Amino acid sequence: MKVVVQPSRPQLWRRIPPVYVILVVITVVAWILVELYGRGSFFGKENIANILQRSVSLGIVSVGQTFTILAGSLDLSVANMISVSAVMSSYIMQGDPSRVPFAIATVVLIGVIVGLVNGLLITQLRVNPLISTLGTGLLLQGILSASFRNFAGSVPEEFQVLAYGSIGPISYSVLMFIIIASIGVFILRKTRFGAHLYAVGGSQEVSRLSGLRTTRVLLGAHVIASLTAVITGIYLASRLGAGAPWVGRDGVYDLESIAVVVIGGTALAGGRGGVMGTVAGVLIFAILDSMFNLLGVGSYLKQVLRGLIIIAAVASYSIRTKEEVS
Amino acid sequence: MAKLQHEVPQANAWRTVVTAIGQIFRWVPPIYFIFAAIMIGIGLTNENFFTHYRNTLNLLLQAAPLAVLAAGQLFVIISGGFDLSVGSIITFVVLGSSIMLSGNPEATYWVIAMMLGIGIVVGLFNGAVTHYLKVPSIITTLGMMLTIKGAALLWSGGAPRGSLPAAFRVFGRDRMDKFLIWERFPHAVLILAGIGIVATLLLHRTNFGKQVYAVGDNPRAAALAGINVPLVRMICFALSGLFAAIAGVLLGGFSGVSTQVGDGYELRAITAVVLGGARLLGGRGGMPEAIMGAITLQALFSLLNNLGLPQPLREAVQAVILISAAAYAVLRERRKA
Repeated sequence: MKVVVQPSRPQLWRRIPPVYVILVVITVVAWILVELYGRGSFFGKENIANILQRSVSLGIVSVGQTFTILAGSLDLSVANMISVSAVMSSYIMQGDPSRVPFAIATVVLIGVIVGLVNGLLITQLRVNPLISTLGTGLLLQGILSASFRNFAGSVPEEFQVLAYGSIGPISYSVLMFIIIASIGVFILRKTRFGAHLYAVGGSQEVSRLSGLRTTRVLLGAHVIASLTAVITGIYLASRLGAGAPWVGRDGVYDLESIAVVVIGGTALAGGRGGVMGTVAGVLIFAILDSMFNLLGVGSYLKQVLRGLIIIAAVASYSIRTKEEVS
Repeated sequence: MAKLQHEVPQANAWRTVVTAIGQIFRWVPPIYFIFAAIMIGIGLTNENFFTHYRNTLNLLLQAAPLAVLAAGQLFVIISGGFDLSVGSIITFVVLGSSIMLSGNPEATYWVIAMMLGIGIVVGLFNGAVTHYLKVPSIITTLGMMLTIKGAALLWSGGAPRGSLPAAFRVFGRDRMDKFLIWERFPHAVLILAGIGIVATLLLHRTNFGKQVYAVGDNPRAAALAGINVPLVRMICFALSGLFAAIAGVLLGGFSGVSTQVGDGYELRAITAVVLGGARLLGGRGGMPEAIMGAITLQALFSLLNNLGLPQPLREAVQAVILISAAAYAVLRERRKA
C-alpha cells in the first residue's frame, strides 16, 4: 500500500503537545514553592536525578499503555504483568548471572502470550477491553499470589547495574526509558503500523472497511503494552534485588499509567495523541511527587492533591473539546 | 426463524418443547442461569445449605452492600460512564462515621444523613466535572478515588480511630426477631429489597429512566430530542454516590472499621453490573439483573470458599467467570441481531 497524500509537515513547535505548557507551568510553580518553603533546591543535581529516576518505572509501562489507548482500547493487566515479570525473572535468575538471558527470554515470552490473549479476547470474543484486561490481570495475579508469598529468588549483583549503574551523569535506567520512548515515537510516526494504529483508534469500522487488518493492529498494540510491562518488571526486580508478587499492584501502575497517558493529551477514545505527551505526563507526576516531598507534605494530603491535580490537568485542555465525553 | 415457522404445522410435541426451551434461553437473561448453576454448586458442596432459609438470608446479608453499590453503578454505566470513586466513598463513610460517633452515639442518625449527603455531593461533582469540563468519567472518578481515600486517611491519621456504635451497626449487622414469616431477618436485606424496588421503578418505569438509556445510547441525539443531558448525567452520578454511602453504612455495620474496608469495591461493582448483562459505554442493562449479578458474585465467593480454594485462586476463578460471562453476553447479542 502506498501513501498517496503527503500531509504538509507542521512546524516543529506545532508538533509539541499542549501538555508541555502544563509541564512548564508546574515546573515553575514547583521551583518557586520549593525555593520559598522547601528544604533543598529544586534544580539541584540530586533532585533532578531523583525526578528522572522516579519517572522510569511508570514511564516505560506508560509508553506501552499509550499504544493501547491510541488504538481505542486499554490495558488494566499491566500492573499484574509487572509483578509476574519481576517475580519470574528474579525467581529464574536465583542470583546466577548465567541464567539472565534465559530469565529475560521467559518473561518476554510470557508477556507476548498475555498481550496476545488480551488482544484475542478483545478482537475475537469482542469482550470490552476493560473487562477482558481486568480479567487477565486478576487471573495472572491469582496464579502468581497462589505460587509465591514473598520475595522470590534474587537477581545477580551484575544485573543490578541496570538500576544503579550510570554513564557519566545519566543512569542506565533513565537511558533505557529514553530509548524506549524514542522507539515508541519512531513506531508511531514513521512506521506503517503506527499509521494504522491511529486509523484503527480513529474508527475501527472505517479502518476495517478501508482494508486494514484491524485485528492485527490491536494485537500488536496489546503485545507492545505487555512487553513494556515486562521491561518495567525486570527493571523493578533489578532495583529491589528480587521480585515480590505485590510490586505492580503497590505501584498502581494500571490506573496511573492510564492517567498519565490521558494527561499527556492522548484521547481515551483513541486515534489522537502520542508518546511525547505521555512522557510529559510522567514528568508532571514525578515533579509533583518530588515537590511534595521537598515541601514535607504528608502522604495522605499528597494523595488528596494528586487526585485533584489529575482531574485539573486533564480538564485544562479537555474543556475545549466540542464532542461529547462520557 | 422463518424456517422454523414453516415447519410448525407438522411439529410434534417434542419439537414444541425444544423450541420452548430455546425461547427461554433466548429471553431469560443469562445471569439467572449462572446464578442457578452457582446455587447448585453451593448445594453440592454444602449439603446443609438448603435445609434452612437462614443460610440464604446470610448470603443475601453478605451480598447487600455490593448489590446496593451495583444498583448505583448501573445508572452511571447505562448513561455511558464509569464510577471508580465508590470504593473510597465507602472507606470515607466508615472511617468518618467512626471518628464522629466515638463518644456520642446519639448523633448516629445525623451522621448517617450527613454521610449520605456527602455521597450525593461527590456524585454531583463527578457528574459536573465529566459533563462541563469534558474530563472522561474514568479519569474524573479515578481522581476522586485518590482524593477521597486520601481525605479519609488524612482525617483518621491513617489508622482506624474510634468505633461504630450499636445504633449504627444495626443496619448492616443486626436482625429483626420476625419479619412476616421469617425469623431473624437481617435489616440489610430489607434495605436492599427497598432500594432494589425503588431503583428498578426509577430506571424502568419513569421518564427519567428512559432518558438515562437515551443519554447512554447517543448523548447528541438525546440532547437534540430535548433531554437535559447534564442533569440526567449528574443525577446518575449522584445516585451512585448516594448508594455508595448507603453501602458504606451497611458494610461498616457488617464488618467494622478498617482503612481498607472499601478497597476493590469499585471493580467488584462494575463486575457485578457486567455479569448482569449491562453494556459498558452505555445504553443497555437492567436493574434486577444487575442486583442479581451482585448476589451471584457473592454466591460465587462463598462457593469458592466452600471448595476450600485459597484467596488468590478464588480471584483467578472469578476472573475466568467474568470473562466468560462477558463473552457469552456478546455472543448472545450477536445471535439476536
